[in-house]
Amino acid sequence: MNALISTALSGVVLMFVGLFVRNKQHIKFFAIAAIIISFIANLALYPTVQLGGYVLYGMIEVSKFSVLFNAVALGATLLYFLLSGSEFEKVGEHVADYFALIFFILAGITLASTFSNLLMLFLAIEIMSIPQYVLAGADHKSLKSNEASLKYFLMGSFSTGILLMGIALIYGSVGTFNITELGLGADPVHPLALCGIILMAFALAFKVSAVPFHFWTPDVYDGSPTVFTAFMATVVKAGGFVAFLRMFHVAFAGGAISQHWTLILSIITAATLILGNFSAVFQQSVKRMLAYSSIAQAGFMMFAVIAVNQFATQGIVLYAAAYSLATIGVFAVLMKLKDYTFEGFNGLARKQPLLALATAIFLFSLAGIPVTAGFFAKYFVLAAAIQHGHLLWLVIVGVLCAAISVYYYFRVIIAMYFKQGDPEVEPVSGGFKAALVLTIILVLALGLFPGLLIGCL
Amino acid sequence: MLTVLLILIPFIAGLIAFGLKGSGPKVLGMIASLASVAVAIGTVCTLHAAPQKLSFVTEWIPQLGSQFRVGLDGMGAMLCLLTAIAFLLVFITIYNRDTERPNSFYGLMLLSQAGLVGVFTAFDALQFYVFWELALIPVYFLCSMWGGEKRIPVTFKFFVYTFLGSLLMLVGIIYLYFQTPDHSFSWTSFTHLQLSMGDQQWLFWLFFVAFAIKMPVFPFHTWQPDTYEQSPTPVTMILSGVMVKMGLFGVLRWLVPVLPEGTAMWADFAIVLSIIGIIYASCIAMAQSDLKRLIAYSSIAHIGLMSAAIFAHNEQSTQGVLLQMFNHGVNIIGLWIIVEVIQNRLGIKNMDQMGGMARKAPRMAIFLVIISLANIGLPLTNGFIGEFLMFSGLFQYNHWFMAFAGLGIILAAVYTLNMIQKVIFGEGNALTDTTTDLQPGETVALSLVVIMIFVLGVYPQPMLDLVSKAF
Repeated sequence: MNALISTALSGVVLMFVGLFVRNKQHIKFFAIAAIIISFIANLALYPTVQLGGYVLYGMIEVSKFSVLFNAVALGATLLYFLLSGSEFEKVGEHVADYFALIFFILAGITLASTFSNLLMLFLAIEIMSIPQYVLAGADHKSLKSNEASLKYFLMGSFSTGILLMGIALIYGSVGTFNITELGLGADPVHPLALCGIILMAFALAFKVSAVPFHFWTPDVYDGSPTVFTAFMATVVKAGGFVAFLRMFHVAFAGGAISQHWTLILSIITAATLILGNFSAVFQQSVKRMLAYSSIAQAGFMMFAVIAVNQFATQGIVLYAAAYSLATIGVFAVLMKLKDYTFEGFNGLARKQPLLALATAIFLFSLAGIPVTAGFFAKYFVLAAAIQHGHLLWLVIVGVLCAAISVYYYFRVIIAMYFKQGDPEVEPVSGGFKAALVLTIILVLALGLFPGLLIGCL
Repeated sequence: MLTVLLILIPFIAGLIAFGLKGSGPKVLGMIASLASVAVAIGTVCTLHAAPQKLSFVTEWIPQLGSQFRVGLDGMGAMLCLLTAIAFLLVFITIYNRDTERPNSFYGLMLLSQAGLVGVFTAFDALQFYVFWELALIPVYFLCSMWGGEKRIPVTFKFFVYTFLGSLLMLVGIIYLYFQTPDHSFSWTSFTHLQLSMGDQQWLFWLFFVAFAIKMPVFPFHTWQPDTYEQSPTPVTMILSGVMVKMGLFGVLRWLVPVLPEGTAMWADFAIVLSIIGIIYASCIAMAQSDLKRLIAYSSIAHIGLMSAAIFAHNEQSTQGVLLQMFNHGVNIIGLWIIVEVIQNRLGIKNMDQMGGMARKAPRMAIFLVIISLANIGLPLTNGFIGEFLMFSGLFQYNHWFMAFAGLGIILAAVYTLNMIQKVIFGEGNALTDTTTDLQPGETVALSLVVIMIFVLGVYPQPMLDLVSKAF
């Protein structure tokens, strides 16, 4: 609740700040201050919700889970600002507007983690999406950026339409928007409701770029200014997942109904894992590889949506944190390089040991190697699926795909450490290095003691 | 606490080594490995006097029911001792060599030692998995940075192979975790599980594949000859002397006691695979002219015999395996030291270009003969008693298996003697005439190996007593 108010207000204020403050550095500091305030405001709720959440006017439900998830999203955004905040001014003139749009997206994410009403879900998804269409096209002069924006907008609005249709069908069959009162578990399942659920699953799968609704992802992520791709592929994707998870865990779980959607979502997950991983293998540009890797990682997060249990809820929080931290870090290093191909990383370890070490640790985390956060993230979602009991085939598919993922993540490590080269690197400031070290510490800390995060749940 | 010290000494020394310059890393490596050997001997003594002192338990991830739980039984203590000795031998051998970027080299070596000891001391499945992976990462970097021409694709294959195996094991571990009544990863909970036959049947494969890749057992061995050949020889010593024991250790600690019925059910199949491996690898070894590949294939054959003996699963064969794990480690490291010396002097690995070295380097020749004979299990050397026990165990299980596995001995004699003949006897050539004999460091390392060969060959009782101490 606090996070929703503070992020929305910060967004509005930042828009006006842009009118009066010309110094881009000051705008950045203002944004960082605003995100810290939102972070603290969100955490301030934690003592209150510790004993149980509360519902506001039947619209949003503030719970321990939502507070913790918002903390992860806001914390990751804070690191993102620290690492890549100065890249904003390279995109265009309207720096304050970009920051404001990011805050609006965050408002959407906080809503996505708290909604208890289908209308709120719809609002959350829309608030998250519309600023992204703008950000994708922020680079007016680049044709690719314009294409990305238009493509994203067309496909995105189409899927929003489908979401609305699904909501309407469900409302038509049960007569309420409140997700806790839908009562869809009863047998026999109302055909209208089933159609509604399937439509909603497809629309949400689009938002988290699950196969076969992923076609926009590589082009949009590749075409958008890199600094915004870093945000869209991480925090926003996690926001999409939290909406997905809440919807299916709270409203559609239990009873005969879950068997219907479990099969559909399992197939989507398997397809996402296989296609995402295999396509990433063939990429020549690290940026595009990361786009496909985000699809592949989405496959693992889908495990948490399908397996409705304690491990899944813990897993999604941990996965969101691990994946966001690592990907934001890799993107931050990527933006310091001139050449985005794999060869562009050749010999980075000699020239910039810290950047190389950080990238290696983040890639280890993405590949799920122990003592990095990514290991326990994968551990939790796999454990959730194994506990579910009927998903063992999916777990094996996931494990095989995780082994494939090593191939493309390690290509970067091989280039950095074992190949000769002289990459062109932009000058790196002390603040950037400090933020990078902070991110490394967080990744390793969560890899050694995941209890730090999930213990709060 | 001694057990924790065994992990901490190389870990901390490794981290420090990264920051040192000049000869700092190599001195630190030597001190750390000497300290590790001292502590390892200390643990062996403690194991006889007060074994409970070697256990150490503390909370790690209470939400998951996972604890940091280390301990040592006879097998663990023996392998920790082997690890410590192996690293000491490696560091002595290369003490006078100039290594490129010594700080990273020694740092990574010591970190891999910490990982290996972690594997051998873990009594919590999740912790075991973490160390299992951690031991791999430094070795991956070592091979890729200091290896031969084709090092990058070869070590990458090695990494992906083992990583895939361990992920399957992780699935198995998580599954077992949910079956434990108290939701715990501890070894005791795992071994007390009452699993149905059906479960054991498929769970066996999740674990077996992981361990079989590491050992390696036919047909999971394809990464091994390339990796041994391309790795820098000091790393190959660790790989073949200690790391492959992780696979055998895994079977003995985490497969046989946890899934006894599954193991019994698939034992014949596993033994057949192992025996195919013995014969296949021995035949290839006979046709090799590359010295490193020959030893690599001979290692597959030896490991195959140990794996067959484990699955025969009777007292004699198990004792034989435990004994042979140590002896094979010592002997193969001895062989690699000689390969290292030859490569250092001549810069070649092809045996057809060697010959006549006995005249120029008599001491090296003597060591090579002794170690090779120990490697094929001649009586009075350490290799004999282990192989004898394994064969007699296999014979009790099924004499046909023993007969086919026994072919391995004959073939081993063929390729080993052939190797000795090609390398040190016969006509010399212009290149081999430039050879110089062993330097002091190399002599010390090889003498230590030979002392262990004879002591354990003549009087193996202390080692048998050690390894028979169960947890």
